[in-house]
Amino acid sequence: MLGAITLLLVYQLVGEVIALVFKLPVPGPVIGMLLLFLTLLARGSIGEGLRNTANGLLSHLSLLFVPAGTGVMVHLARVADEWVPIVAALIGSTVLTIAVTALVMRALMSRRERT
Amino acid sequence: MTPKVLDVWVYLSTTPLLGLTITLLVYQGAFWVYQRANFNPLLNPVALAVATLVLLLSLTGTPYQTYFDGAQFVHFLLGPATVALAIPLYAQLDKLKRLLVPLLAALLAGALTAIVSAVGIAWLLGASRTTLISLAPKSVTTPIAMGITEKMGGLPSLTAVLVVATGIIGAVTAKYVLDFLRVRDHSVRGFAVGVAAHGIGTARAFQVSEEAGAFAGLAMGLNGLATALLFPLLIWLFG
Repeated sequence: MLGAITLLLVYQLVGEVIALVFKLPVPGPVIGMLLLFLTLLARGSIGEGLRNTANGLLSHLSLLFVPAGTGVMVHLARVADEWVPIVAALIGSTVLTIAVTALVMRALMSRRERT
Repeated sequence: MTPKVLDVWVYLSTTPLLGLTITLLVYQGAFWVYQRANFNPLLNPVALAVATLVLLLSLTGTPYQTYFDGAQFVHFLLGPATVALAIPLYAQLDKLKRLLVPLLAALLAGALTAIVSAVGIAWLLGASRTTLISLAPKSVTTPIAMGITEKMGGLPSLTAVLVVATGIIGAVTAKYVLDFLRVRDHSVRGFAVGVAAHGIGTARAFQVSEEAGAFAGLAMGLNGLATALLFPLLIWLFG
């Protein structure tokens, strides 16, 4: 487990360094994820320790958003001032995004299945 | 007795221990409620936990910064968790190769819809420019969205809040939207939730099925990438 955690942190660190050095608009952890994915492709297997650690971390993924979400208390004034556009945009855009993504993917999948 | 209790409180409220412990306790309490309700999407654990914490901090007069000194240890794990998404992604490699074209097309359509519709709706209803910029990357995971907003002149901490709110809305509504559209394939359902509602949607998808979760995780990672690339382009086009 210690090895797997270290591995994840090393990939994140390398990702951050690449993002900084090449001034990429993509955040470090995403580059780290891509690099780890490429490593797994090259290696051809995941490995027990890494799989267990990743599952553990990802099974409580929603916990990790709680500290940032609690920050709403700092922005209560702005949110209260502009609550109509904010709430409408969040709900409208999220529902629309789910629908558009699902419909485009399904349309292209069934066409591929038909041909 | 009372002064002693007060001493203990004064001591505890200045250490990170309290913020960290309370985050874990409140989240597990919220998750227990969610579990007891058979994972009803309406009782989203993040929403319950955030509401409880805001209430507790307000009642005790604790500033958010003091709380975050402890909670940042949980927040920090978002980075390694993002890297760890490579693993479920790799586990779906075969399906990934087969579905490459539909996935990329759906990603592009979803990423554009997320940015343009959020900014469009808020702009029509008269939101300020700072709010518009902070709102634009709402569908991508917190560290990515905050990075984007910071570069574009929004408020990163406001973005973090809007991102979490989006995740909750996505996790709550996805089942109803997808059922209404009669989308049944778990890979499609997961991918749509992941594009729209990042990690909170992904967490929800993992509770539904392993396949939905893997595709949601994939979508979350890809949308982080797509939005980070598309957003500067859109700003440049529409200024």
